[in-house]
Amino acid sequence: MTNEARVPTRMGDGTFTRLTRSEIRADLVAGSEVATKRAKVPLLSDDEIDHLLEIYASPLRFIGVDVGEEIVLSCDGTGMKTHATRIQDLQSYEQWMGADLLELCVGDYSLKVVRTILAHEAQYMHDAQLCTIAPLQYGVMPNLGLYSKPDGPCDNWNELLPLGKIPEARAAAEEAVEMAVEDMVKLADSQWEAGADAIDWDTTGASGDPEFLAALRATKIIREKYPDMGVQLGMAGEFVLGMHGQLEWDGVRLAGLWPREQLLLAQKAGATMFGPVVNINTGKSLAWNMARAIALIKPCMEVATIPVHPNAGMGVGGVPMVVHLPSDAVCRAAKSFVELLHVDGL
Amino acid sequence: MTRGMRLKEAKQYVAGKLGITPFDLSDPVVMTDVRNEYGFGRVHSYAISQPWQANQIEAKFNIARVLDVPINSVERFKERTTPGAGAR
Repeated sequence: MTNEARVPTRMGDGTFTRLTRSEIRADLVAGSEVATKRAKVPLLSDDEIDHLLEIYASPLRFIGVDVGEEIVLSCDGTGMKTHATRIQDLQSYEQWMGADLLELCVGDYSLKVVRTILAHEAQYMHDAQLCTIAPLQYGVMPNLGLYSKPDGPCDNWNELLPLGKIPEARAAAEEAVEMAVEDMVKLADSQWEAGADAIDWDTTGASGDPEFLAALRATKIIREKYPDMGVQLGMAGEFVLGMHGQLEWDGVRLAGLWPREQLLLAQKAGATMFGPVVNINTGKSLAWNMARAIALIKPCMEVATIPVHPNAGMGVGGVPMVVHLPSDAVCRAAKSFVELLHVDGL
Repeated sequence: MTRGMRLKEAKQYVAGKLGITPFDLSDPVVMTDVRNEYGFGRVHSYAISQPWQANQIEAKFNIARVLDVPINSVERFKERTTPGAGAR
């Protein structure tokens, strides 16, 4: 037993727990060590651990950054019929919530679904641009899995791999990449014509290295065609899964890349904003998760020439894996990213 | 968003164009007046409901001009409202 006072803090699944400052500090150190062991990134310094300790041992419900240190909040899905029509949703986010950036999308959010309604989406973007002020992008997730059977035309690499049909699985993924790149460029063509300010590739790499390759290739093509069109490239996880294993872009093998290397490729492809992701471990405290996220993303900030907006939402970036996010957890994650990493936005 | 500018650089650029400091950009008291002065539209429907104030696409014309940043939808609007554009 300890006489040390306990403060309420949360686990990665959002539930409250009560830890002492010593226990929170131990979790911070452990989170940093796990990141170092897996990704070979530097350990957080004692000063950085102490800074995080002040944030996570605070008993306050709300905490924030210093006045003048505010950042830009980018987002996905502000125009998706949450409470009214999509345009009314966009106007609400802009006028009532003061959103820095708006995004039009469809609820399914998958590229392969959107490709069937490009003209409708372009017309809607055109209308939305006439009655909003904030920058307005169009967002999809590449979701390469939908290009495989039974949802799509390509053989299913997830079924072929357990059968030992490695070459067939790789060929199927490569075929899907070609289709996705074509669809991504066609989407950008139609949205640029409609007046969109940018395109958002959300949860890139959810289907592993083939999906990351598709996003990089499409980004390069789009930025060369439309130099004034922004491309936001946000990731699905901290580590690019090697579903293919041999794919390269610009001479770099994609499987196994961590945030710093992901950013370098996104920058080279011409992306104008990069969103690194570190997933939550629901069985660990938020302090453990935040230290791990900071340690994994910190190397990005040293080489970034474009804005870096770490994903900080349900289940990523030190925010618990729950639908209704506790504001005490969200503001701690935001303050940590701003004060330790000096991120450009979230 | 479209220029790939880091935040510090972007804040300095915008503040310079508006004749304010980067610190002012997140002050709603200052920015309500600035947005009104330049015709950028104002956040909150009570503030923007005056019929003589620029709003929506009109505000984006003003933002593009004052910040000297091309905005796609503004360029499209100009392109489609010039004589003969309807036949495209």
